[in-house]
Amino acid sequence: MNPAVLIASVYVFALAAFLGYQVISRVPPLLHTPLMSATNAISGISLIGSLVLAGAAVATPKAQLPAHILGFVAVTAATINVVGGFGITDRMLKMFGKRKPEANPAKEAAK
Amino acid sequence: MSLTSYFMEATYLIASILFILALKKMSHPETARRGMFLAEGGMFAAIVGTLVGAHIVTWVWIIAGLALGSIIGAWMAISVPMTAMPQRTALSHAFGALAAALVGVGEFLVHANQMTVVTRGALGFEVMLGALTTTGSLIAAGKLQGVIAGKPVQFRGQNALNLLIFLSMAASFVYFFVHPEAVAFFYAMLGLAFVFGVMLVIPIGSADMPVVMSLLNSYAGLAAAATGFVLSNNVLIIAGTLDGFSGFILSVLMCKAMNRSITNVLFGGFGAVIAEATSDAGGVMREISLDDAAMQLAFANRVVFVPGYGLATAQAQHACRELGELLEGRGVSVKYAIHPVAGRMPGHMNVLLAEANVPYSSLYEMEQINPEFPSTDVAVVIGANDVVNPDARDNPKSLIAGMPILEVDRAKSVIVLKRGQGRGFSGLENPLFFKPCTTMLYGDAKSSLSHLAQAVQHV
Repeated sequence: MNPAVLIASVYVFALAAFLGYQVISRVPPLLHTPLMSATNAISGISLIGSLVLAGAAVATPKAQLPAHILGFVAVTAATINVVGGFGITDRMLKMFGKRKPEANPAKEAAK
Repeated sequence: MSLTSYFMEATYLIASILFILALKKMSHPETARRGMFLAEGGMFAAIVGTLVGAHIVTWVWIIAGLALGSIIGAWMAISVPMTAMPQRTALSHAFGALAAALVGVGEFLVHANQMTVVTRGALGFEVMLGALTTTGSLIAAGKLQGVIAGKPVQFRGQNALNLLIFLSMAASFVYFFVHPEAVAFFYAMLGLAFVFGVMLVIPIGSADMPVVMSLLNSYAGLAAAATGFVLSNNVLIIAGTLDGFSGFILSVLMCKAMNRSITNVLFGGFGAVIAEATSDAGGVMREISLDDAAMQLAFANRVVFVPGYGLATAQAQHACRELGELLEGRGVSVKYAIHPVAGRMPGHMNVLLAEANVPYSSLYEMEQINPEFPSTDVAVVIGANDVVNPDARDNPKSLIAGMPILEVDRAKSVIVLKRGQGRGFSGLENPLFFKPCTTMLYGDAKSSLSHLAQAVQHV
C-alpha cells in the first residue's frame, strides 16, 4: 500500500466514522436490536474479500489450495452473516412496521 | 484499469451509498424495512461486481461457500425464535469476525512477501480483532443459550493471566510487524487472539451481556474495516466502520444505562462480591392472590407493564399482550416501560413485544415514562429486578448506586411477577419487594399472566 492510498483510506475511515456517528445516534432505542443485526449483516461485506480469496489465482502455486480452502470457509461464514443477518433483520422490522388500526377497541366503541 | 475493474469499483461506491441510506432510514420504524432493502441491494451489487471484476479463475469453492452459507443463514433467519435473538446475534458476530480473520490469514499466505509496513500493521489488527471476536462471541452465545454457565467464571490471578496473554499477543504482533519472515509469530498472534477472546468473555456475568454484545459488534466491524485497509478496499472500510461505530455507540449507551464504565464491565466481574455487600432490607414480602391482582388491574385507570429478562425466559410476551389488550378493552390505559438494559441485548424487550403485536406507540423509554409513575395505578413488573431497584437511586452504598432505574416504586401500587423468593441473577436485595405498596405474585410469568387474563375476564 503506497502512502497516497493509505492517506485516502484514512480519510475514508474518518469520514465514515463521523457519518456513522451522526446517522446511528438518531436510531431510537426501540430499534437497537434490529440496528445491531443490520450493521452486522452489512459488515458481512467482508464476503467480497472472501470471494477473491476463494476464487482468484495466486502467484505462488504452493499457496493456491490453502487459499481456496480458507476462502471457502470465509465465504461460508460471511454468507451466513449476510443472509442470516438480513433475513432476521427483515423479520424483526416487519413486526415493527405492523399497523394496528384496531389497537384501541375502547376508542372504537366510543365512536 | 480494465472495464470490469471500473464496473467493480462502481458497484462498491453504490453499495457504500446504499448502506448509509439504509442506516439513515433506521431512524424510524416505518421506514426501516425499506431501508434494509436498499442495503440488501447494495450487498448484492457488491457481490456481483466482485465476481465480474476480480479475475476469478475457480468457481467451485465460491459456489459451494455461497450455497452452504445461504442455506445455513436462511435456516437461522427463519427458525430462530425472537427470545433467542441475543445468542443468534452473538453467533452472527462470530461468523463475520471469522470471515475477516480468515481473509487476513489468506492474505498472509498469498502476499506475505510483498507486504508493506502499513499493510502488515492493518493485517495484524484484522487478524487479532477477528480472532478474538470469533471466540469471544462464541462464548457469549454459549452463555446466552445456556450451554455454558452464565455465571462469571473467575479465579485468582485472572487479570494477571489475561494481561500476560494480551502482552504476548501484542509482542507477537510487533515481532511479526518488524520481521515479516517470522511466520511462527504470525500464527502465535492468531492463536493467542483466539485464547484472549475466550478469556475476555468468561468472567462476564449474563446481566452485563448487553454491553458485551455491543462491544463484540464493534470489534467485528473494526475487523472488517481493517480488512478494508489490508485490501485497499473502500467499501469494506466504510461498512466496517459503520458497524464498528454503531457497536461503540451502543456500548456507551448501555454503560450509561448501568452507570458503569466499560473497564468495570470487562474487568470488574460483577456478581462476585455481592454476597457481603447486600444490606438486609428487612420486612416481609406480601403475596397477592390471582383474583386480587386481577381486581386491581381491572379497576385501574393507568397500568404500566415493566418487562425484564424474565419475560423472555418465560416466553411470556404473548400472554402479556393478551392481558394488556383485555385491560385496554375495559378502558384502562396500558403502557409498557422499557429500560435500556432490560434483557440481554440492546432493544431486546422491544423486539419481543413487537413480536407479540404490541404496537410500538405503547412502548415507552425510561425518560418518557418515569414522570408518569406517580399517576400510575398499578405497575406490573414482569421478571425485572435490578432495573427497578430503588436502592440504585436511594442507597449510595449499593453496588448499582447511580444506575438510572424505572421508578415503579412511585406508582400507587406495584405487582411483581417473580418465579420465587430468590434474589435473581445479580443476587442484590431489592427493597422494592418490601415496600408497603408492593405485592408479589409468584410463579412462571407466562402462566401467571394468562391466569390473570382469565381472571380479568371474569371480573
